Amino acid sequence: MKKIDYLLAGVGGQGTILASRILASAGLEMGYDVKTAEVHGMAQRGGSVESHVRWGEKVHSPLVEHGMADYLIGFEMLEAARWLTYLNKNSVTLINRFRIPPPLVNLGKASYPSEKEIENLLQSRGGTVKWLNATDVAEDAGNPAMSGVVLLGALSNLVGGDQEIWLQVIKRLVPARFVDMNQKAFLAGRDAGRD
Amino acid sequence: MKELITGNEALAYGAYLSGVRVGAAYPGTPSTQIMEKFASFPGVHAEWAPNEKVAMDVGIGAAFAGTRALVSTKHVGLNVAADSLFYAVYTGLNAGLLIACADDPGMHSSQNEQDNRNYAKFAKVPMLEPSDSEEAMQFAATALEMSETFDTPVIIRFVTRTSHSSSVVDIDPDALPPPAKERKPYKREIGKFVMVPGNARRRHPVVEERISKLREYAESTPLNRIEPGNDDWGIVASGAVYQYAREVFPEATFLRLGMVYPLPEKLIREFAGRVKKVLVIEELDPFFEEHLRLLGIQVIGKDVFPIVGEFSPSLIRQAAIKAGILPATAPVSAATPAPEISIPIRPPTLCPGCGHRGMFTVLKEAGVVVMGDIGCYTLGAASPLEALHFCGCMGASIGVAHGMDKGGIPDRLVAVIGDSTLFHSGLHPLINTLYNRGNTTTIIADNSTTGMTGHQHHPGTGYTLQKQPTLKVDLERMVRGFGFSKVDVCDPNEMDDFRKILEDHLKGEEASVIIARRPCALQSREKRTPPRIDPELCTNCGTCLDIGCSPLVQDEDCVSINEAMCTGCGLCVQVCPAGAITREKE
Repeated sequence: MKKIDYLLAGVGGQGTILASRILASAGLEMGYDVKTAEVHGMAQRGGSVESHVRWGEKVHSPLVEHGMADYLIGFEMLEAARWLTYLNKNSVTLINRFRIPPPLVNLGKASYPSEKEIENLLQSRGGTVKWLNATDVAEDAGNPAMSGVVLLGALSNLVGGDQEIWLQVIKRLVPARFVDMNQKAFLAGRDAGRD
Repeated sequence: MKELITGNEALAYGAYLSGVRVGAAYPGTPSTQIMEKFASFPGVHAEWAPNEKVAMDVGIGAAFAGTRALVSTKHVGLNVAADSLFYAVYTGLNAGLLIACADDPGMHSSQNEQDNRNYAKFAKVPMLEPSDSEEAMQFAATALEMSETFDTPVIIRFVTRTSHSSSVVDIDPDALPPPAKERKPYKREIGKFVMVPGNARRRHPVVEERISKLREYAESTPLNRIEPGNDDWGIVASGAVYQYAREVFPEATFLRLGMVYPLPEKLIREFAGRVKKVLVIEELDPFFEEHLRLLGIQVIGKDVFPIVGEFSPSLIRQAAIKAGILPATAPVSAATPAPEISIPIRPPTLCPGCGHRGMFTVLKEAGVVVMGDIGCYTLGAASPLEALHFCGCMGASIGVAHGMDKGGIPDRLVAVIGDSTLFHSGLHPLINTLYNRGNTTTIIADNSTTGMTGHQHHPGTGYTLQKQPTLKVDLERMVRGFGFSKVDVCDPNEMDDFRKILEDHLKGEEASVIIARRPCALQSREKRTPPRIDPELCTNCGTCLDIGCSPLVQDEDCVSINEAMCTGCGLCVQVCPAGAITREKE
């Protein structure tokens, strides 16, 4: 059973914690040993956040090593770029084409890199970069806040696992009244990721 | 049944299944979810205490009564509770007392990275440290047994990466705690429970004898064990760091310490005798290293691995390569050199609609010296609000402001403290300011919740941790009861009102209180129509951007509003000097 290391990067409030729980639970259902690491508190107030999720035969550390991430899931473009050092030549970056300008950019004191600059940066380690309009897909499915679940849908094509496993995990982890909408968002992401 | 749960949740579950029926804590990252989880179990009493010392006394009291108890805290909370911890080590208890304490190496959400293993030695109290959720659950049961066998509180130490990491735990869905009737009866024992000097002198030898017995226990407990590997390197590690080191050194022999105090000297000597070189890998202080050196064992430790900051497998590997302990690996080959682009930082910010933003905008404008405290409003120190001069620890703002006043700062001094922090440790310094004829102004930034840790109740919200309605302490009546005669209440995002009140308070010569009340925007979820910016009128002067509200974005010729993020609070309407931002009719 080959290990799979994931890093989920986003902005506090974007739902990285829920997405990492879904991803970790799906791995457990597929028979992997699983660990996750995340940070709560201060960072949640609109700051950079990252969650580590690791699948493997036997996982010791909950933290992914630099240069060892198999998948980087960027909920926001700049945040994906921030975690470059975790990538290697086999890594796949799945990136939401979505900008949340940080305070310095809002104030006009720094510039937000272009899509091309971010892509070049992420490809400089030799891996592949897949773009997805996850926030738009989520909005079509009912709420733009579900972009993380859309990204997981696209990711599910790459890491395997029966569709039903993912849908059941979403059902278990999402509040009852949002289950249908999130399952719809997941499937829409799964379709969009196939393009 | 295999379940994925955090270390915090596992500890709470383990405590519940071991028969703990009373829990007390004050919220603090990364420990908060321990008590939140414990409160969710049937038949338990769990409470948010106003601070960690009160929580500790409540836990000790429950254990005196013969009921197993849980106290949880973040590392700095144990400073607050230390006085009580130290007497409880002398008195002992009448039932198990488990203290779960979470350190924060790397300071993800803290003012320092103190290593609380030092408390174990200082207070002479046993300490365990789990390395994942399964151990957190098992160690809870072990700690409670140990607490009763040796008649002492037992600390379980977490770090952020064991508290907030999830790992797989085998859970028996039918498991139940032992029945409640097994409570050990309470009886009056003056020599044990009344720590006047004469009794305390008789108790101190008991404490020393107990630690000796625990040292023997440490030799044989399965919590500590040698994991055989090759004999080139023997690695001493515990907790999360043990897991990192296991990955970096898959072939080494390990001494895995589940019990970090007191340490098993014979086992350590046996281990050191088995390997050629001993490597101590531990975050923060050289706690194990110093102990091994005292035993005369040569070790490699802090000369290779840093004394500051959080560890990770990457950090351990790089440090080991640098010291020649591991062979250098090829750097991750880059297909092309990374283009040099700057990635702007993204620090945490106050939320859109937050009342602290109006408060700090007015305070900055007034140019007064502002002493801050611990909470979301600490963000008022950062750009662009830049209003705070100080943040030290919970409750420090009011006393420091008073001290600066007496120390000769000629400006009027202001302390800013949140409602939950005021209940935690702001009441005594507030009374002190009155008693000692101070003239500082205290602003209670009242968002009616404990914001930063995720909206916990406190004595001013009207609800308990277990969601029971209860008496709600009225802040205004409380401070008037203390003797403050100059007290005003207003919404700080109504900036004209707040400005007038502040000016009036700063003119006065007496100590005063302003209650700046606006419910937390994340909790109230108030959403009004976003204001409109007229691009013809906008002079692009940047005044609105200086309130640091994230929906306000600098576009090419004027500022625009991200309507999805805006709560429509209208603060920007109030600061625009050109009248370009107006409220939409609703």
